[in-house]
Amino acid sequence: ASLSPPPPRHMSAPPSSSPSPAPIPQPAATLAPAGMRGAAAEDSSGSPPSRMSEDDDDGDGAGGGDRWAPDLRGCGNGGGGGGRWAPPDQVLENVLESVLEFLTAARDRNAASLVCRSWYRAEAQTRRELFIGNCYAVSPRRAVERFGGVRAVVLKGKPRFADFSLVPHGWGANVSPWVAALGPAYPRLERICLKRMTVSDDELALIPKSFPLFKELSLVCCDGFTTRGLAVIAEGCRHLRVLDLTEDYFHEEESEVVDWISKFPECSTSLESLVFDCVSVPFNFEALEALVARSPALRRLRVNDHVSIEQLRRLMARAPHLTHLGTGSFRSEPGPGGALSVSELATSFAASRSLVCLSGFLDANAAYLPAIYQVCANLTSLNFSFAGLTDEEFIPVIRHCVNLRTLWVLDTVGDEGLRAVAETCSNLRELRVFPLDATEDSEGSVSDIGLQAISEGCRKLESILYFCQRMTNAAVIAMSENCPDLLVFRLCIMGRHRPDRITGAPMDEGFGAIVMNCKRLTRLSVSGLLTDKAFAYIGGHGKLIKTLSVAFAGNSDMSLQHVFEGCTRLQKLEVRDSPFGDKGLLSGLNYFYNMRFFWMNSCRLTVKGCGDVAQQMPNLVVEVMKENEGEMDTVDKLYLYRSLAGPREDAPSFVNIL
Amino acid sequence: MAAAMSYVHADVENLKATELRLGLPGVEESDKMPSPPSTPRAGTKRALAGEHREVEPKAAPPAAKAQVVGWPPVRSYRKSCFQQASSKTKEAAPAPVVVKQEEAAVAAAPPAAAAAGGSLYVKVSMDGAPYLRKIDLKMYKGYRELREALEAMFLGFSGDAGSVNPSDFAVTYEDKDGDLMLVGDVPFGMFMSTCKRMRIMKGSEARGLGSSKE
Repeated sequence: ASLSPPPPRHMSAPPSSSPSPAPIPQPAATLAPAGMRGAAAEDSSGSPPSRMSEDDDDGDGAGGGDRWAPDLRGCGNGGGGGGRWAPPDQVLENVLESVLEFLTAARDRNAASLVCRSWYRAEAQTRRELFIGNCYAVSPRRAVERFGGVRAVVLKGKPRFADFSLVPHGWGANVSPWVAALGPAYPRLERICLKRMTVSDDELALIPKSFPLFKELSLVCCDGFTTRGLAVIAEGCRHLRVLDLTEDYFHEEESEVVDWISKFPECSTSLESLVFDCVSVPFNFEALEALVARSPALRRLRVNDHVSIEQLRRLMARAPHLTHLGTGSFRSEPGPGGALSVSELATSFAASRSLVCLSGFLDANAAYLPAIYQVCANLTSLNFSFAGLTDEEFIPVIRHCVNLRTLWVLDTVGDEGLRAVAETCSNLRELRVFPLDATEDSEGSVSDIGLQAISEGCRKLESILYFCQRMTNAAVIAMSENCPDLLVFRLCIMGRHRPDRITGAPMDEGFGAIVMNCKRLTRLSVSGLLTDKAFAYIGGHGKLIKTLSVAFAGNSDMSLQHVFEGCTRLQKLEVRDSPFGDKGLLSGLNYFYNMRFFWMNSCRLTVKGCGDVAQQMPNLVVEVMKENEGEMDTVDKLYLYRSLAGPREDAPSFVNIL
Repeated sequence: MAAAMSYVHADVENLKATELRLGLPGVEESDKMPSPPSTPRAGTKRALAGEHREVEPKAAPPAAKAQVVGWPPVRSYRKSCFQQASSKTKEAAPAPVVVKQEEAAVAAAPPAAAAAGGSLYVKVSMDGAPYLRKIDLKMYKGYRELREALEAMFLGFSGDAGSVNPSDFAVTYEDKDGDLMLVGDVPFGMFMSTCKRMRIMKGSEARGLGSSKE
């Protein structure tokens, strides 16, 4: 029963976050253990869940739609701490809630929630998006008890190194306890975004059952579901606007594939985004064509590699207002009418005046690329990272893309291709260069030359991921000087311990220059031959770094110590195959509560060392995994993370929680 | 300086990795040594201290450095798309499905079948069929098994055209150079390593009788 007067009309205002108020000193018991600032609700750091940075969806933010009447449960529980409970001032709460609606950034909300109990309660009822960066950091029950009015949930599961087969199968991050808790608690839930979690078809089936207003489902790097689950979503979620399946692991026998596309409602749908390029099984194309035809709001469509050029043309004809298009195979499968001509395809593209983002090209025939020239000038985002284009095939295309801000390519375009990018795309903000042959001793087609060229032409670069075999300090230093706005610098020299190809020196100076000159840097991945010096630089200058990835680097535990002592904003640290031991681990003791997690594999940790950490840090979960039984004391994999939930109960037998 | 020496040594190792050797493509040394699910054992970790050497034992044959799991850090989703594109048949950093008794440390990204070195998927299209199929060439020991599998897979489509005679069709493939070749000319191993996709054509086309489609 609500005690409030009729809620005031929601004022429209930009959902930007206001500066957080100065905290009022309170002698009362704190609402969370010291050092555990808002563990359940962290600011979204690191990469956005969506695949292309352009497409980052800000979500609901300041609650639109009908207002939420304040619910006075939840004072005291979920926040811990005793103290006397004072009856809330209802008018104050209403006013507070109206104001807090405008706060969207989780960081601001976390700060607001710490001001006092009133603010804590008001914030808890008005938070619309619940972001949980580590699904094991808090129990579902606790999250649901604290936050009453949630409309969107973002959950992240496995550590990122799971993408590289470093986390054994069956480790965890199953969504089931969450779905079980969210269902009863948030009947008005509209959006779920999961990353690196295991989701079964049965769990997908719970979504339409539990959430009648459900609108958006986004699964990134997830596994465990099949077309059967997709069919349930399509059929059951009548208000579905977004179904985005990005880089999920699909392992379905073709004989078991379900025709999920046909399950969408027969009437006009509210679909705005349908992304299923990773669902690499055959599907009912006619059904898709019909679906697109009856989805007038559709703006994003990314199809899988079972779609030919001829079929793509038909889809584009049905959806001339698309802004984001994943082109499927981009190859001709000639039917009775023969193969499509380039000019026919060009006509289709010319008619799509709204296209700003192109991807797909999953098996591209480069002969058809000229068909896209007409839209290139409008493109802000282009993903060629599945098309092994040579420089000759790539350069004529990129020369048209003068407004590009995001580009993903394969290294097959070579340094020459990158030079063309540098000469054309002066507005580029994000570049990713993936290797065609992702092995250590592959040829590698891009080098320091390409990196240097990019740095000279794309001065506004903010994010780069670059795989190569040969690199020099000079080129990295040049990038640090030419592109001072870099936020993300991820360089992967694929051969391990590889030094500067010209001088033979370690890559310390290059990475040192990056942290020194790129003062806004928040994410760094290092590679190549690196000594402790590099980490002294990183600790000394990388003050804003939140995510650091280290592999085959450093001389001694001093490296880790430099990082822990220097990188005061560090939240995520992943280390592999480096000569760091218990001493290095212990140097982080004072900092682990400020971090989301620390992953370390194939280093020199012992069970005793990890046990010491576990003993001294009660709110840290310390998981160790061992591969072989022979050496009892060594630890192969360590994953530690702060948590309000204590040791998890679903840990498999190969995980030992200390 | 010892440090400089080891850099040169690293370069020499890389040279060896790219040296030319006799032998048919695709018929090289075995794809992968059964590498441990995780990276080097404690014994080799000592090599890391102060020396910037490769971690593998030096006795490893030059071109087949023991592949390290998960390195380079490319998602298996992405790697599995380029199996055929890579000229070597060895697969990088396989997710070895080493199943222990207690089913514990199965280090596998879920698409183990695709990403691990144990499969080679190619697309197969057939003229007139509504959609493509994907088959794993490594499942077949030779051309006869392959042909049988294709017949089983595709003959259903032409069912309504009356009795189907398999000899009405020619199985062709597109090789790495983009040329259309007839399946069966080269040793099966070589075929596996050069085949990018397959196409089942109506017999009249395969005999080169004009380019118009039916």
